Amino acid sequence: MALYESVFIARQDVSSSQVDGIADALQKVIEDNGGQVAKREYWGLRNLSYKIKKNRKGHYALFNIDAPVDALREYERMMKLNEDILRYMTIKVDELDPEPSVVMQNKGRDRDRGDRGDRGDRGGRGGRRFDERPPRDDKPRDAAPASSDEKPAAAAGTEAKSDDAEASKPAEKAPAETAAPETEKSGDDA
Amino acid sequence: MNAGRPGGGGGGRRPFFRRRKSCPFSGPNAPKIDYKDVKLLGRFISERGKIVPSRITAVSSKKQRELTRAIKRARMLALLPFIVKT
Repeated sequence: MALYESVFIARQDVSSSQVDGIADALQKVIEDNGGQVAKREYWGLRNLSYKIKKNRKGHYALFNIDAPVDALREYERMMKLNEDILRYMTIKVDELDPEPSVVMQNKGRDRDRGDRGDRGDRGGRGGRRFDERPPRDDKPRDAAPASSDEKPAAAAGTEAKSDDAEASKPAEKAPAETAAPETEKSGDDA
Repeated sequence: MNAGRPGGGGGGRRPFFRRRKSCPFSGPNAPKIDYKDVKLLGRFISERGKIVPSRITAVSSKKQRELTRAIKRARMLALLPFIVKT
């Protein structure tokens, strides 16, 4: 049997107990077809990044499934028929993660962790090594397609603090700054 | 990527040295790329929702492919936006 991870989004108007009922029904579909559900998670009502069928929010639920293909086919068919389910995605994985997913972990500890939202040191939170810390200054910016002239400057911008890098302005400003002293210098020489 | 020593190129009066950044997903206790980890993926998309090129984020090409796949999955589940309209 193959291993799958499946997430589905239910309509915002249904209650969480109804979502539970839907999930129960889906789990039964899998089990009736000779599969099993290794883990089940309910992420709660989350904001969608964009509207889906006029819904701004949705109930998310996750299944870890170990099932044959036929069970999956039936499971997906049931989700397609169910009008309360806005969207689903099933992914084949090499191994199932038995621990609660990142979403569930973040629910409890959104406060005490700072910006570093990775799950690298999941086991012990004390042993954080500062030299291993991923560079946090490269905040994604809009000025991605910089021309070749601006490229070093743009990279220098990422080196700078994230506050500066955010505004995408320094990328254009920096060459001007570097150019200005040089022209002055040459002017003095001449 | 090949930003080992750009040096002062082109009449560089100001040779500035850039620390060669290493891939944030390699080495010990590196985060695992997962489409569910919105917080992590959010660091690799621009304000408009585009995937940031690896030459800026210094992600290795193998991990960048993995990251791209994760971001696209997260977009399908509305965990990340396809585009942020301004």
